[in-house]
Amino acid sequence: MQHSFISKNPSVLVFLAILALFTLSVTLLSEGLGLGLISTSFVKTLGKTLCLCLIAVAMDLVWGFTGILSLGHFAFFGLGGYMIGMWLMYERTRLIVVQSLSQSEIPPTQSEVVDAIGNQIFGVVGSSEFPLVWIFADSLVLQLALVLLVPGILALVFGWLAFRSRVTGVYLSILTQAMTLALALYLFQNDSGLRGNNGLSGLQNLPGVSASQDAVSLWFLWASALALGLGYLLSAWIVSGKFGSAIRGIRDNEARVRFLGYSVVSYKLAIFTLTACIAAIAGALYYPQAGIINPAEMAPIASIYLAVLVAIGGRGRLYGAVIGAALVSLLSTWFTGGQAPDISLGFYTIKWVDWWLVLLGLSFVAVTLFAPKGIGGLVDYWTNRQTPDRHGADLGPDDGALREQEALK
Amino acid sequence: MKNLLFAGLAILLSCLMATAQEVRQEVRQGPAIQAVLQEHQALIAKSSRKTIAPAIDAIANSGLEQAQTVLQVWAEKKMWMRKSDLQFFIGAPTENGLIELTDFDGGAVLGALPKAEVKQLKPNSGVRALIATALVRFQLSDPDPARRQDALTSLQRDPDATLLAPLRASIPAEPDAGLKAQKQRLERLMTIGYDSDTQARIAAISDMSGGLGVDLRATLNPLVATTRNVVAGTFPAARPETANVAAVLTPGQDGFSQAQAYELLVAKGLAPPRITQADIRAALTANIKDEQVAGFAVTELDNDATRQQAYSVLANSGAVSPFVTDDQVAAALQSHVFFDSFADPSPKVTTAAVAALRNIDAKVSLNQAVDLTLDALSLASIYFLAAIGLAITFGVMGVINMAHGEFIMMGAYTGYVVQQIIPDHTLSIIVAIPAAFAVTFAAGVAMERLVIRWLYARPLETLLATFGISIALQQLAKNIFGTQARPLTSPGWLDGAWALNDVVSISYIRIAIFCLALIFLGIFLYIMKRTRLGLETRAVTQNPNMAASMGINPGWVNMLTFGLGSGIAGVAGVAIGLFAKVTSELGSDYIVQSFMTVVVGGVGNIWGTLAGAAMVGFLQKGIEWLNPSNTLAAQTYMIVFIIIFIQFRPRGIIALKGRAAGD
Repeated sequence: MQHSFISKNPSVLVFLAILALFTLSVTLLSEGLGLGLISTSFVKTLGKTLCLCLIAVAMDLVWGFTGILSLGHFAFFGLGGYMIGMWLMYERTRLIVVQSLSQSEIPPTQSEVVDAIGNQIFGVVGSSEFPLVWIFADSLVLQLALVLLVPGILALVFGWLAFRSRVTGVYLSILTQAMTLALALYLFQNDSGLRGNNGLSGLQNLPGVSASQDAVSLWFLWASALALGLGYLLSAWIVSGKFGSAIRGIRDNEARVRFLGYSVVSYKLAIFTLTACIAAIAGALYYPQAGIINPAEMAPIASIYLAVLVAIGGRGRLYGAVIGAALVSLLSTWFTGGQAPDISLGFYTIKWVDWWLVLLGLSFVAVTLFAPKGIGGLVDYWTNRQTPDRHGADLGPDDGALREQEALK
Repeated sequence: MKNLLFAGLAILLSCLMATAQEVRQEVRQGPAIQAVLQEHQALIAKSSRKTIAPAIDAIANSGLEQAQTVLQVWAEKKMWMRKSDLQFFIGAPTENGLIELTDFDGGAVLGALPKAEVKQLKPNSGVRALIATALVRFQLSDPDPARRQDALTSLQRDPDATLLAPLRASIPAEPDAGLKAQKQRLERLMTIGYDSDTQARIAAISDMSGGLGVDLRATLNPLVATTRNVVAGTFPAARPETANVAAVLTPGQDGFSQAQAYELLVAKGLAPPRITQADIRAALTANIKDEQVAGFAVTELDNDATRQQAYSVLANSGAVSPFVTDDQVAAALQSHVFFDSFADPSPKVTTAAVAALRNIDAKVSLNQAVDLTLDALSLASIYFLAAIGLAITFGVMGVINMAHGEFIMMGAYTGYVVQQIIPDHTLSIIVAIPAAFAVTFAAGVAMERLVIRWLYARPLETLLATFGISIALQQLAKNIFGTQARPLTSPGWLDGAWALNDVVSISYIRIAIFCLALIFLGIFLYIMKRTRLGLETRAVTQNPNMAASMGINPGWVNMLTFGLGSGIAGVAGVAIGLFAKVTSELGSDYIVQSFMTVVVGGVGNIWGTLAGAAMVGFLQKGIEWLNPSNTLAAQTYMIVFIIIFIQFRPRGIIALKGRAAGD
């Protein structure tokens, strides 16, 4: 008997409804279109949070469902941001340059315009030549294609190298972390062609758009919400089908899936590349809202925070990732923004700006130890879903083997 | 009372008059240094760096014994001029505010004068430098060895052709063997640079050829420095006779492009400059009339082709200089000879110098290879030190500890705190090492008991939980010690470097770290192979259940082993803190490299970690050598290389085989 996708996954509808409601209410309360109760900067924060939710969904796909703890997905996120940032910066600088050159007596030639743009963009790193990587920067379509292609191809090549030689578990995590570090270090150089540690800036200004930031922030909120909705739908569809069963199998026992005749490398490669592309889209939407991107964003620590978000929200369930990302990033904004009240202990005043990371780190340890399901586990209590009690001694040689008490039932 | 005062004054006055007369008499009969001074009286009295040279030379070349005294006194601002007859004396202020004058010739004390009647000479720093150079020749044969050494040092720093002869003269009488060797070396170097006899210079070059000294290269390099030049005519008819030609260049070959050649012609005024796009633009802008330039509408001028046409029209009308065509450029290049010429006019000397430099370069690059190897070795020992704790916790126990870097940081901060309490650097380091071990051992044991032992079956979760601890510890360190770097000062006897020659040197602190790494290797091997704990650790690692049935307490052993690994990380932190800045990010700078070292080397084998550290260290130094300006790039390429390396040896350089390999 055939069940429809929606009837098998009622949570998708619930999620989409909540997302739509959230977007609608923010729009109504915003300064751009509505009552003006929510400031533009907070709309931007919410939009960025939606992007983080999207990359958290991608991380959940690759980690929670496939069991690959990738510490490199923020690199793909950053690359996506760089790709869109190149077009934004080029186009905006071009408009400014054309404007200023039109004041001169003789109309500028094409090459003079390009030279002037190069001077504007690369002046900070002591150069004026366009590096090869900027070759498509004048075309929005091509640069949008690169948002997907560059991280996708990087993930494909790296994943192929790693999965082919069966690097798994913590080794893979360290390897992905090394990849991120290498990429960040490379971009930190001034001659990498992406302005070194200055990064790309002024991305919040859309070229050729005269609308105020109040409106632009809303557009980005809608785009982010749309991307999150579609990404969630796609992820839910992937994990609910046969493909989903196969990747969960790989997570639980890779060797067994391989011996059943599945091509483990292809499955892992597909999910790794797909999630890299989702991450890149999230990044391409995130950085125009943040306004600036630099290599520090791609440092290995960012990818580990991503794992923290997903783990706190609850791995292996897509809504868990979203909850974790939204909760932790909003809390983080609240605490580090200095809005949280200080706690005075008499002899010492706890300033949350200083102590938030300590709290986050320790709560992360606590979640790992005491609540492996994360916040999403609360839903199980609510719906009275029980998992088999796997306490008791092992019966077999491996950690995954049937346990004593299960066998006795 | 008044009378008494007047009487005193009268006596004093008569005394002064009497001494003044004596002075005049003595001057007349004394030897001639005062005469030399008087000859240049005006120059000396109004000394300026630009004009003083003849006066100083005259004094120095006078051949009189007093010349040295005069120059020294003058440089020390103790020379005074008597205003009455403009003569110069050594002046010393007396207690009652008068200036006591001493004659240069004969050294007779001539009595004191009030300040108003004498003038102190205050040579400025430029003049004093010239005097110091002139003094060198006297100091070279000074009875005081320290003075002679000073003179040699100043001569080495700033050689002067005129001092070659005095230097040579001072060599045979030099009693001190060390100084004599220095003098002889300096004499050879100065012969190369300044001797008037070509044969002597060539002989000196061949004497010194093969030495590694920076001073030798600094002497030879200016001789063979080349300048690019051009003369009209064709080769070889117009071969420039006056210059010492190093090479005749053909434009378009050997990295000397035609464009460069033409630029040289333009710079020498031998050809008109080419018209650039900017020139065209400027010329067109200057010739706009009624929105038109030479018949073209201004709005049409938005491409290079139209601009060139418009410019041609302007050029034909004579308003601007015409284009220089490619044919004209080629003809100009044809009709000139381009060549490099040496700075030194003598071809024989430059030939010898080039040969000597080539010989030296070969030796220098050999020594640089040795130096690079030492550098790489020291970097490898740093990585080994950072990774050896991980080799225990990750390599032997299989526990991935992302907070390992923070243990290194804790060790470094412990060293800093100890140094705040114990100011003596040597003692504080001796105390800091066990203190750091104790602190991080305790932290490691606490972490193992509280967190890690619940997660032994779940390595990915261990990674995450320890990462959470790492975030918390880092922020904690920031809260306690602030974000600025804290100094951990090494004891004085570790300052400086052990220099083999001018090329190869290694700082003592790096040698100490190398030794420390060796000691740790020994300790690790001893504990693992020779002690009960090592035996039990290996047993628990291979099969905890079997070990438990043999009466080993796996929990206890794991706790101690983890503590040991963490403790070693703490000691490594003290060592790393000695040369790196102690900040809360100290550990995270090393964590990825440390894991790389362990993974590349091969998990579970200390020799593997050693090999891994050596590979990572040598690789990084090698890449830095290929691209010295960019250490970031070196790290990037190294990581990329390691990722590829793991493709081919997924289990590392030294892979465990059989049962010990685990899976």
